[in-house]
Amino acid sequence: MVNTQTIQFPADTLELVHKIIKRYPEGKQKSALLPILHLAQAEWRWCSPEVMDYVAGLLNIKPVEVYEVATFYTMFHLEPVGEHVIEYCRTGPCCLMGGVDVYDHLKKKLGIETGETTPDGKFTVKEVECLAACGWGPVFQIREKYYMNLTNEKVDEIIEELSK
Amino acid sequence: MKILTEHINVPGIETIDVFRKHGGYSAVEKALKKMTPDEVTEEVKKSGLRGRGGAGFPVGMKWSFLAKPEGVPRYLVCNADESEPGTFKDHYLMWKSPHTLIEGMIVSSYALGANTSYIYVRGELMYVVNILEKAIQECYDKGLLGKNILGSGYDLDLFVQPGGGAYICGEETALLESLEGKRGNPRNKPPFPAVKGLWQSPTVVNNVESIAATSWIVNNGGEEYAKIGIGRSTGTKLISASGHLRKPGVYEIPLGITVEDFIYADEWCGGIREGHKLKAVVAGGSSVPILPAELILKTANGENRLMTYESLSDGGFATGTMLGSGGFVVMDETTCIVHNTLTFGQFYHHESCGQCSPCREGTGWMDKVLHRIEHGKGREEDIDLLVDVAKKIEGNTICPLGDAAAWPVAAAIRHFRDEFEWHIRHPEKATQKGAVFMREGASWTK
Repeated sequence: MVNTQTIQFPADTLELVHKIIKRYPEGKQKSALLPILHLAQAEWRWCSPEVMDYVAGLLNIKPVEVYEVATFYTMFHLEPVGEHVIEYCRTGPCCLMGGVDVYDHLKKKLGIETGETTPDGKFTVKEVECLAACGWGPVFQIREKYYMNLTNEKVDEIIEELSK
Repeated sequence: MKILTEHINVPGIETIDVFRKHGGYSAVEKALKKMTPDEVTEEVKKSGLRGRGGAGFPVGMKWSFLAKPEGVPRYLVCNADESEPGTFKDHYLMWKSPHTLIEGMIVSSYALGANTSYIYVRGELMYVVNILEKAIQECYDKGLLGKNILGSGYDLDLFVQPGGGAYICGEETALLESLEGKRGNPRNKPPFPAVKGLWQSPTVVNNVESIAATSWIVNNGGEEYAKIGIGRSTGTKLISASGHLRKPGVYEIPLGITVEDFIYADEWCGGIREGHKLKAVVAGGSSVPILPAELILKTANGENRLMTYESLSDGGFATGTMLGSGGFVVMDETTCIVHNTLTFGQFYHHESCGQCSPCREGTGWMDKVLHRIEHGKGREEDIDLLVDVAKKIEGNTICPLGDAAAWPVAAAIRHFRDEFEWHIRHPEKATQKGAVFMREGASWTK
């Protein structure tokens, strides 16, 4: 048996969850799934099976309805990640602007490959598809923040700042 | 002529007070107090406004298909799941001027008789979700949303829904599935969303830019809007310009300027970056056929290519392309077409929802074959294999993602077959860092 007792949103987040559910008609609370998975990931960094079960309980849906959704959408981490998840855009327009070299520099600087986490648990690097910021490429995102027009020097500054 | 972005750089335009000082929400006043919903729809029809998400379907006509059975709620859902590579205009508009979209949402919801509407924003843009939610709260505080808006008797609730990272949710029925809290698998049509959409209720799904344009149409009339542009390409269009340009960014153009002006004029992109030459353009987002320099500037008949739906598609897929979403990706002579095609191939492979075999398997095959050509392991027969796979995907899937995946590969081979052959025949040269094939006599070859 999985112990889900320790998994519980703080009171203010729980209040927000109930507010979100009210955005949809009665009985359509499943629509709140994506917004709530985002809240869960912000709280626990990744969507563990226990977290997904907890979300299913909140929405009164079956756990499998959460699993099938969390595994479909790329933003949800299904394995533990570091404190800062760096998601870089590998699609065409960012590559045109020198993205490949900048991302290689990033990985070299952190000493990890795509999908890996630094041994201190500080950084995870992930490769993602187009982030809708093509005119400001190369681009990566850390949580909600976009970092645009990246160069090797800018990458160094960002990593140093976040390493403090 | 700017309709959507006239005040976009005004400091504080993201706040309701500054927005209103610049004429914001006058369309809501006019529509709700002086017009019937059908009159609003009529103006949108007259405007000739076409869907700005990529398909270009007339917005007014789409609205007129909405079923209106008694006692059943109707919904307007804004498609802000902007994910087509090369496209970032909706991102820009919502980020800089959220009220421009919200005003359009109120006017459009009123026209459709929707009392609850949603803006579905791609989840990666969570900061934009926050910007929109803040702006929506301002509207509730000022009586522009909620019950009895401005005393008109019309009620509207507006919510923002974040996605979870899936290109396919830009397809309207996948978006509705996602909004219902499910995987983004496109639905079989019919029934169309206008009859059975969100929670099986009649629903209209429109792109951000389309909805935002309706405010100006209400204020100035559909006929005035139709005076901008050429023929069936009316109004202005946001173009997302990226790649090897002096000034990449989002530009609002009157439809009908020449492609050459758009690329080279200082008013727009200001030309190709210093010391380089134009090689190719993907004019309407990654799905549309790539064209080499000579065919993007002039049609096969030697006429100037214009930034319109019709002119860009002149010549069909043999020598033309599409305006699509307006994702205008410009490549200079340093660009390896094989590598660029591979990045698009990877994209569609990753983003296929997996529902239809031709797309699920076909995108995987194209990715795999492109990958081996790019990495010096290509075989002579691989080029025709790619063409064959692309043909077998096209038209054989529930939603247009299959076509969107097939077209860029087929077009790259159509116009740059020699680059693929060079990769296959000279792997030792082609796999060197920065190596690019130079076509003899081409305008971009020095």
